Amino acid sequence: MSSTPEVIVCDPKPMGLLQRLYVIEVLKGLGVTLRHFLGNVFRRTYTVTVEWPEVKREYSERLRGRHILVAREDGSPRCVACYMCEEACPADCIYIEAEERDSDSVEFEKRPKVFEIDLLRCVYCGFCVDACPKEAIIMSRVHEMTFTTRDESVAGLDVLLQKKPLRKEDMGYRPYYGKPHSHIELPIPVKPGGLLG
Amino acid sequence: MGAELIVIAGKLIVLATLLLTAVPVMVWVERRGAAFIQDRLGPNRVGPWGIIQPIADSVKLLFKEDLTPAGVNRWLYFLAPMISVFIAMLTFIVVPFGDGCGVTILGQPLGSLMVASELEVGVLYLLAISSLGVYGIVLAGWSSNNKYSLLGGLRASAQLISYELSMALAVLGVILATGSLRLDEVVAAQSGKLWNAVPQFLGFVVFVVAAFAETNRLPFDLAEAETELVAGYHVEYSSMKFAAFMMSEYMNMVTVSALLVTLFLGGSTLPGVHLEGWLGLVVSLAVFLGKVAFFMWLFVWVRWSLPRFRYDQLMRLGWKGLLPLATVNLVLVAVGVARGWTWI
Repeated sequence: MSSTPEVIVCDPKPMGLLQRLYVIEVLKGLGVTLRHFLGNVFRRTYTVTVEWPEVKREYSERLRGRHILVAREDGSPRCVACYMCEEACPADCIYIEAEERDSDSVEFEKRPKVFEIDLLRCVYCGFCVDACPKEAIIMSRVHEMTFTTRDESVAGLDVLLQKKPLRKEDMGYRPYYGKPHSHIELPIPVKPGGLLG
Repeated sequence: MGAELIVIAGKLIVLATLLLTAVPVMVWVERRGAAFIQDRLGPNRVGPWGIIQPIADSVKLLFKEDLTPAGVNRWLYFLAPMISVFIAMLTFIVVPFGDGCGVTILGQPLGSLMVASELEVGVLYLLAISSLGVYGIVLAGWSSNNKYSLLGGLRASAQLISYELSMALAVLGVILATGSLRLDEVVAAQSGKLWNAVPQFLGFVVFVVAAFAETNRLPFDLAEAETELVAGYHVEYSSMKFAAFMMSEYMNMVTVSALLVTLFLGGSTLPGVHLEGWLGLVVSLAVFLGKVAFFMWLFVWVRWSLPRFRYDQLMRLGWKGLLPLATVNLVLVAVGVARGWTWI
């Protein structure tokens, strides 16, 4: 090995006569743009636009959406107000107030009176799910959320509590329920657009 | 006299309608054309295929606050957009946009469909007026009290000097071959033989390139130059004043396209087609519109294909590229005319 440092020359290649004439290169460029135009105007050859909300994109099976507070069989939250998720939360978006619960078991002597998540502060990291000892909070796949005021973004028990039986395809990542259950079609499905669509 | 007035007024109304309709249509064509060229979809929500979008845009512009910044030269600041629109609308009156084909209204023959049919110095008028258009830009840039605007205005005037001479030389070739300054005679002279674009191909190319500079369109939109000058001469303009600049840009495109068609591509005539009466009138109008539409599309197409020229590159192209070419063209035509070559 010689010790001379390797010199890499980055100068562009000198242009040939045809390139310096400019006109031919201009025509080539016009050809490229015309190809793209004609390809897109009659059918969607090159566009990748997903026209939300008519067309919805399939998201990854690892998607973490809005939280679900899992309910018991009697409809009350499974949560025991242990504050583990509130402690774990890096965004400090969970607020819990505990209250006593009439129960014969020591295991369930508390329940949340107030359980609020500020969905605008939340970073959807899923740490609360990891922290929960009761598997009472999990992530859903709901990601289309609209708020018109800041107060609206604070979701309480009424929004978060599980209302219908959990289906696998509604649940987001963490905890990981077996093999991936949703699939992504590539290329992304778009509406078969007609002329000018 | 009365009939003559009615005919002229009718022509004016048709012309103004065509010009003003072309603006929203071209805005739509440009936005969707740009989108398709760049693999996007463009505005497709308002109306079928988004065709109502320009109307939504203009309503928005109408309701925007009409801001006058501090320290502007108020009088010129208001005048500049008016000059732009006024000049853009004025140029067209010497361009024959169709053939009357012997149709008479109240005993008054339509002649060739151009408003100022009595004007003997059509081409001179045209060159004079179209150069005035740059005043709108320069005054807007100067009166805005903004560095970017001023640079935009400066560039516009420097640009004018670089392309105007070559453009006039290219037109000179056509005048020489025709022997008249009237644009309807330019069209008539082309109907029997090859269109001027073939024997005067050099002049045609020079005029096309100069047309892009004249309308301040890419690759020569130095006065606007978004990447360097924010928006160039109209940085400080908002609401309908901005819309006025926008409109004048598109109307200038129509005018220059019409000129190209008239001077080099046989105007409203098609080789071998001779129709009479109303049918001929409508066909000639359609032919003219079709040819103009092609060049309008060319403007859009080129805008989204080529990068902007640098300031000095435009100067070099104008003085060292276009000017010699236009001169060669002129000499060729002069020799041809002197030798009596009939095809020129």
